[in-house]
Amino acid sequence: MERGERLTEAIAGYRRENADPPYLYPDYVATRTRAPRRPLIPLAHTLSEVTGPVYGHEHVGELDHDLTRQHEGEPLGERMILHGRVLDGDGHPVRDTLIEIWQANAAGRYKHHVDRHPAPLDPSFSGAGRGVTDGDGRYRFITVKPGAYPWRNHPNAWRAAHIHISLFGAAFATRLVTQMYFPGDPLFFQDPIFHSVRDSRDRDRMIARFDHDRTVPEWALAYEFDLVLRGREATPMVH
Amino acid sequence: MTLPTPSQTVGPFFHIGLPHAGLTELVPPDDPHALRLVGTVLDGEGEPVVDALVELWQANREGRYAHPEDDREEVSLEPGFGGFGRCGTDDSGGYGFVTVKPGPVRHPAGGMQAPHIGVSVFARGLLKRVVTRIYFPDEREANESDPVLTSVEPERRASLVARDDDGALRFDIHLQGDRETPFFDL
Repeated sequence: MERGERLTEAIAGYRRENADPPYLYPDYVATRTRAPRRPLIPLAHTLSEVTGPVYGHEHVGELDHDLTRQHEGEPLGERMILHGRVLDGDGHPVRDTLIEIWQANAAGRYKHHVDRHPAPLDPSFSGAGRGVTDGDGRYRFITVKPGAYPWRNHPNAWRAAHIHISLFGAAFATRLVTQMYFPGDPLFFQDPIFHSVRDSRDRDRMIARFDHDRTVPEWALAYEFDLVLRGREATPMVH
Repeated sequence: MTLPTPSQTVGPFFHIGLPHAGLTELVPPDDPHALRLVGTVLDGEGEPVVDALVELWQANREGRYAHPEDDREEVSLEPGFGGFGRCGTDDSGGYGFVTVKPGPVRHPAGGMQAPHIGVSVFARGLLKRVVTRIYFPDEREANESDPVLTSVEPERRASLVARDDDGALRFDIHLQGDRETPFFDL
């Protein structure tokens, strides 16, 4: 048969297992009016889902991974190194993929017009970084530890300190936006976004590990955080 | 097997980390085939969602994806077309892109899928993205045989087809409510 006349073609889709929270988690009040209520429609993966944006490399500057060197002065706060690997569901590295992060400053304030928390902005901190994973799936950022901040979800509500992370992976099906938390945060117990992931073992995979080995003496604490995207079905399915 | 990292909401402050300058135009506005795609994201109370992030993924006019896995040499891939778009909603919940209508893409079960654009929506209050597809109003026949569109309940299919709106194509996204947009389990 000529190319282009193939009647059927096996496509290896991406596996369905995930640890994602439900859409509706009423303790997180904003889900009540924004969560879809009707069942999702199953979608067998086609070329449209196993391809995805190859995006970002050309936009990554030399200092984009260093959030402490984007201004003339250094930001205030506890300097930290965030490093780790991006892996697929089989433990293989996800190479050359864009990783974007954003966060509050050390005082718990985002450089964003919607953030009205009366904590100081830091003129030396924008709070955004980007990088591309290397051949081993590794990434590395230098930043300051974000502060906790209040929000109006429930009485005396505070978000556990976190860094937002966005990843594409190899396909439309592997897109992930998540948040990385810090070990031992005393605010976990009352944070419904963190607890929307119902199984504590799954929540543990959103918490970075303090990494004394990679901590640089007299300079910066290190945290290690691996991210795992969906794995691929081993055998192409013939539909 | 390694277990996946759970999804968390993009939150209200994603604009600082997920810039979309230049990403709302998948082709230049003066491209002879350029079309304007607009829409509004609405919540279950019909209120505009002013802090949503809409991302597109689509094939080019020939139906080829700018991705190594789509390696069909018989379908051309022009330089400069990535097929990825990103737009944060405005104060009215609106989004807008300049793009082209993608060509048909084959389906693994045989035959072609109707032209479509993959859509992800992220927002505060969405603990994980919602995924849907935009189909085209001038593809009635192809839409009627599209295996994905016809997997949607008949009475909801029309809501996945963009409509003509004063020279643009309009695709509103209802996260919840009587007019909830069909979302796919990806």
